[in-house]
Amino acid sequence: MFGKLTWQAIPWDQPIPLVAGSVVVLIVLAILALVVLKGYLPYLWHEWITSVDHKRIGVMYTLLGLVMLLRGFIDAIMMRSQQAAAFRAAGYLPPEHYAQIFSAHGTIMIFFAAMPIMIGLMNFAVPLQLGVRDVAFPTLNSTSFWLTATGALLVNISLVVGEFARTGWLVYPPLSELPYSPGVGVDYYLWALLISGVGTLMTGINFVTTILKIRAPGMSYLRMTIFCWTALAANLLIVAAFPILTATLGMLALDRYLGFHFFTNEAGGNMMMFINLIWAWGHPEVYILVLPAFGIFSEVISTFSGKPLFNYRSMVAATMFICLVSYMVWLHHFFTMGAGADVNAFFGISTSIIAVGTGVKIYNWLFTMYGGRIRFTTPMLWSMGFLVTFVIGGMTGVLLAVPPADFLLHNSLFLVAHFHNVIIGGVLFAAFAGITYWFPKAFGFKLDEGWGKAGFWLSLLGFYVVFMPLYVAGLLGMTRRLQHYDVAAWRPWVLVAGIGIIIMMAAAACQVAQFVVSIRRREELRDETGDPWNGRSLEWATTSPPPPFNFAVLPNVQGAEPYWEIKRRAIETQHLSPEPKYEPIEMPRNSPTGFITAFFSTITGFALIWHIWWLVGLGLVAAYAVFVWFAWRDAVEYSIPAEEVARYDRERRRAREQWLAQHAGQPA
Amino acid sequence: MSATDTPFDRAGDPYRVGRGRDWLSEGAGRGYVHATGHGEGGPASKRVIVGYGFWIFLLSDIVMFSAFFAAHAVLQTATAGGPSGRELFNWWSIVLQTAFLLVSSFTCGLSAVATEARSQLWTQIALLVTGLFGLAFLVLEGRDFAVMVMQGAGPDRSAFLSSLFAVVGLHGLHVSAGLLWLGTMMAQVFVKGFRPDILRRLVCFNLFWHALDIIWVALFTVVYLIGLGR
Repeated sequence: MFGKLTWQAIPWDQPIPLVAGSVVVLIVLAILALVVLKGYLPYLWHEWITSVDHKRIGVMYTLLGLVMLLRGFIDAIMMRSQQAAAFRAAGYLPPEHYAQIFSAHGTIMIFFAAMPIMIGLMNFAVPLQLGVRDVAFPTLNSTSFWLTATGALLVNISLVVGEFARTGWLVYPPLSELPYSPGVGVDYYLWALLISGVGTLMTGINFVTTILKIRAPGMSYLRMTIFCWTALAANLLIVAAFPILTATLGMLALDRYLGFHFFTNEAGGNMMMFINLIWAWGHPEVYILVLPAFGIFSEVISTFSGKPLFNYRSMVAATMFICLVSYMVWLHHFFTMGAGADVNAFFGISTSIIAVGTGVKIYNWLFTMYGGRIRFTTPMLWSMGFLVTFVIGGMTGVLLAVPPADFLLHNSLFLVAHFHNVIIGGVLFAAFAGITYWFPKAFGFKLDEGWGKAGFWLSLLGFYVVFMPLYVAGLLGMTRRLQHYDVAAWRPWVLVAGIGIIIMMAAAACQVAQFVVSIRRREELRDETGDPWNGRSLEWATTSPPPPFNFAVLPNVQGAEPYWEIKRRAIETQHLSPEPKYEPIEMPRNSPTGFITAFFSTITGFALIWHIWWLVGLGLVAAYAVFVWFAWRDAVEYSIPAEEVARYDRERRRAREQWLAQHAGQPA
Repeated sequence: MSATDTPFDRAGDPYRVGRGRDWLSEGAGRGYVHATGHGEGGPASKRVIVGYGFWIFLLSDIVMFSAFFAAHAVLQTATAGGPSGRELFNWWSIVLQTAFLLVSSFTCGLSAVATEARSQLWTQIALLVTGLFGLAFLVLEGRDFAVMVMQGAGPDRSAFLSSLFAVVGLHGLHVSAGLLWLGTMMAQVFVKGFRPDILRRLVCFNLFWHALDIIWVALFTVVYLIGLGR
């Protein structure tokens, strides 16, 4: 009846996951009870869960990413404390549990923290910056989000029901094959990523179409913001790379479920093919994360330096160069495979060359700041911290790109320190910069600068204290994923890293405090103008938060930095542009399709993991039924009457006129 | 029949890409006089957006197939002492499958012609014939699979057979999904008529069905023609 699922699946004898799991379940139940008792359910259902508004979906993506970031961070704390304790000792985490933790940490951080935050910020900002009302396929967008949430949910269910993979975050075979991983851990991994991967792929399709086909009048390619360019590059990479991930994990699933021999030891299977395929996705994935991050830094640095971005065109060229070359470097993840000197030399050189594109960008950011009137706000601090940190991470990367050096450093803590250096210093810093930068646009009030700056400085310090020692430990020969160790020379470095994680915990506390304090002080931090940072691109042209339709009339773009132009003209002439003629606006209706699809995907995924075949069938039939039901709908859009659009826009113009009066006589 | 609800909209799109009727609101986005042809004319029409998005999806689907093709190319000789393609492939069945699929694509194209003429009857007939040929293709393919499994040459016999069953089966799954889609499309056309959104879906379905043909041509070459030589 329930396949492999029995009461034994719950780890009654292991206190750590059991207590952690119970606490999470209690918190979730408490939140649900609060929502139901306070009567928030209809509000949540109508305004958020079924919303197809790109801004709402972006906020939900980012929130999901932040919650998962905390979850992954708890894993990190456990790993650092285990290693600090486990010198010639067993520590407090048994090996099979420790192996699950480092696998879950990588999986969660990449797929369910970094990806959702980046996609969330793209969702929120890209249509606004393009000067349009929504993405190409709004309901699909909502479905993408809910499928990502399904994946995150499945990974977290594995905490309490069953186990997670013990194979590392990329489930290398043959370890991940049935004979060596007979439990459900790898299956949780496979179905979580297969389901959320579909969501990510649909996001890629949606955004490529949006950026190429839906832009405000006059928004030619070379007038788009760099964030839109990097979002385009990242989504092109998603469209070309995620199908490879789906195919690869599909093959592994066939091996595990139906006795195929793609990657097995016997019957001609080829496990190195898995490594090749997974990194043919995996390396572009690195750039899927970091390219939007580069875009965020470009926006932030330009805005807070009060200057247009230095050498915009070279920035675009460097972005597309990285987009292309990111497909020609995957073998550097396994130089030790033994492909021969020529192959390794090719990939070593291509890896070094890709750093040139990034180098161009670093100089562009530096020259943007040069001679600018820099405002040291929280987003700007994150960006400047990034510039220093990312250069160090990039240089250790170029070092690893030299095959002979890589043979020594492969799978060492040096490698671990390198990719944390670029992912924390690049992606995570960008996530925080982007969140503090666009938060006032999304909610109408700024985040508290004091707590934000404290969070930044502690993160920066904590990062260096954790990962610089790990570089050294790696050079001393310490490999990754050690549950315990006996080498005395590593001990001090591991202990320093352990102290660093305490600083990071303080940083995380400051970040949480930043949100709590800001929400309580929101009336003081309120921004009425819609343009709290003196911004340059179109998202600042509308109110904060923007109305569902974003712009009463689509802006007519006549140059790069369109909003800066509008403001300058207004100050020069001391007049806003004449009031436009308002017309009714058609907007897509809310739809529960995404939520229902994800509901049945969760059930199907869970049933597949536990081999509950009748439930799999039921889930698939239900999914088809949802598809037909959605196809049958008649009313796709609703109309916002012209009077309402006019009423909203006149209010916005009044706020802008006040702003103009304050800026009377100022030099443009 | 008004000019704006045809799939091949003569009034504005797709021949004046991005410069036709606005995407969400009538009026906004119109009248931009300095358009240089680099997408400056404002949001494209829904017809263009849907078609374009579906093309991107098809490209991503082809990338997924290419991973399976790559795996098959690597594993084609990994027979592990078991049968090779030369011993297993039923030449006549493959020729028939190819013929059925190609003919179904032709009738699918005819359905688009019937749709443009707004003929409910002929659209339904052409779609039905398309579906029947697709079904015949699937039956033959399923029979080949069953015969191979019965001979002890199932996907668990060798890595070669794993990759063969996977790549051919994936195409078969696509055809099956296409048949489900085709059925719902016929019902939608019957109940709702040639509404603009239904017409856009028909365009997407046509694209999908022809893409399956393209993939079959690659399958025929890589799996069967090269496989017979091994």
